[in-house]
Amino acid sequence: MEIRRKVASILLFFCSLAAGTALAQNQQVPAVKLAHLQKYLNSTSDTTYIINFWATWCKPCVEELPHFEALNQQYAQQPVKVVLVSIDFVKDLQKKVEPFVARRKLKSTVFLLDEPDQNYLVNAVDPEWSGAIPATIFVNGAQKQRFLVEKPMTPEMLQEYLDQKFKLNQ
Amino acid sequence: MRRPFYLLFFLGVIALLSSAFVANDKGYEVGDTAADFKLKNVNGQMVSLGSLKAAKGFIVTFTCNTCPYAKLYEDRLVQLHQKYAAKGYPVVAINPNDVDLSPGDSFQEMQKRAKQKKFPFAYLHDETQEIAKLYGATRTPHVYLLTRTPGNELKVAYIGAIDDNSGDPEKVQKKYVEAALDNLIAGQPVSQNSTKAIGCTIKWRGNS
Repeated sequence: MEIRRKVASILLFFCSLAAGTALAQNQQVPAVKLAHLQKYLNSTSDTTYIINFWATWCKPCVEELPHFEALNQQYAQQPVKVVLVSIDFVKDLQKKVEPFVARRKLKSTVFLLDEPDQNYLVNAVDPEWSGAIPATIFVNGAQKQRFLVEKPMTPEMLQEYLDQKFKLNQ
Repeated sequence: MRRPFYLLFFLGVIALLSSAFVANDKGYEVGDTAADFKLKNVNGQMVSLGSLKAAKGFIVTFTCNTCPYAKLYEDRLVQLHQKYAAKGYPVVAINPNDVDLSPGDSFQEMQKRAKQKKFPFAYLHDETQEIAKLYGATRTPHVYLLTRTPGNELKVAYIGAIDDNSGDPEKVQKKYVEAALDNLIAGQPVSQNSTKAIGCTIKWRGNS
């Protein structure tokens, strides 16, 4: 009897542990290659993509994420899409990135760009980019507009870009 | 008759000034002559490149205490110095981050970090950020490999990353800085003189 109860309690413990982990990791973040990102960068549709390069270890990036989330919500009814591109290492995907995305309840599209050769990656994304993050690309293929901003963004700066370059004032 | 001349002269001066500013804004390119500087080392002494007369050149590296990518390269910087200082190319590390925005990059913290990691090279504080701006550094880590010409000028021979795998030193396939140094030491042109890599934006004063 004693052993059975112990087994039962151990089982229960593992069940709750499994449930807990499942809850904590409910946000799946896909690891993708450059070609996936290029679909957004080279899109010809009249959608304005706001592509932000960030990482969990980058303090100014983490600080500006809420501004991008707010924008995603603010323009939910318009052809504007925020894409959050994590450049964390792929080995940190489950350990750091997915728990971070779940904890922050990020609603924008998030994926992890898994390209270890950064010299190739940075040049392929934008020849003007030095590789420093945070960095943000505003792109609208139909309007033939594209801007790279290689510094932290305030909500005002984001709004200014959308207002003045893409005439998306609200 | 004189006024148009003055106007032209005036416009010319403005054009010259603004072109100088534009050039400064972009920083150095490979082949440019690099300026010397005088910055405080973690041991309290002022260091300038000109004072290190024995050197054939320098592995000038903008780095810091706080950026995870810079930290990933600390041991590799130590190794670079150990391998190449004896061959005439010491590492000169420079921390350009604004202390108000990044308190972990204060001079005292730099001293601590240099001690912990037993940096064998100079670790200098670019407190005014002028040198990082002049060179055109944007991120940490960011290497400018300089080589001394027979005319005693410092030419930029390579700009970019240390190698092609920041995350895992074991998986590095291209050691960019080492390859460039080996070229220079062999008297050959540098075959790959510019690369890019992910890094932390330098914490510029006045930016949020």
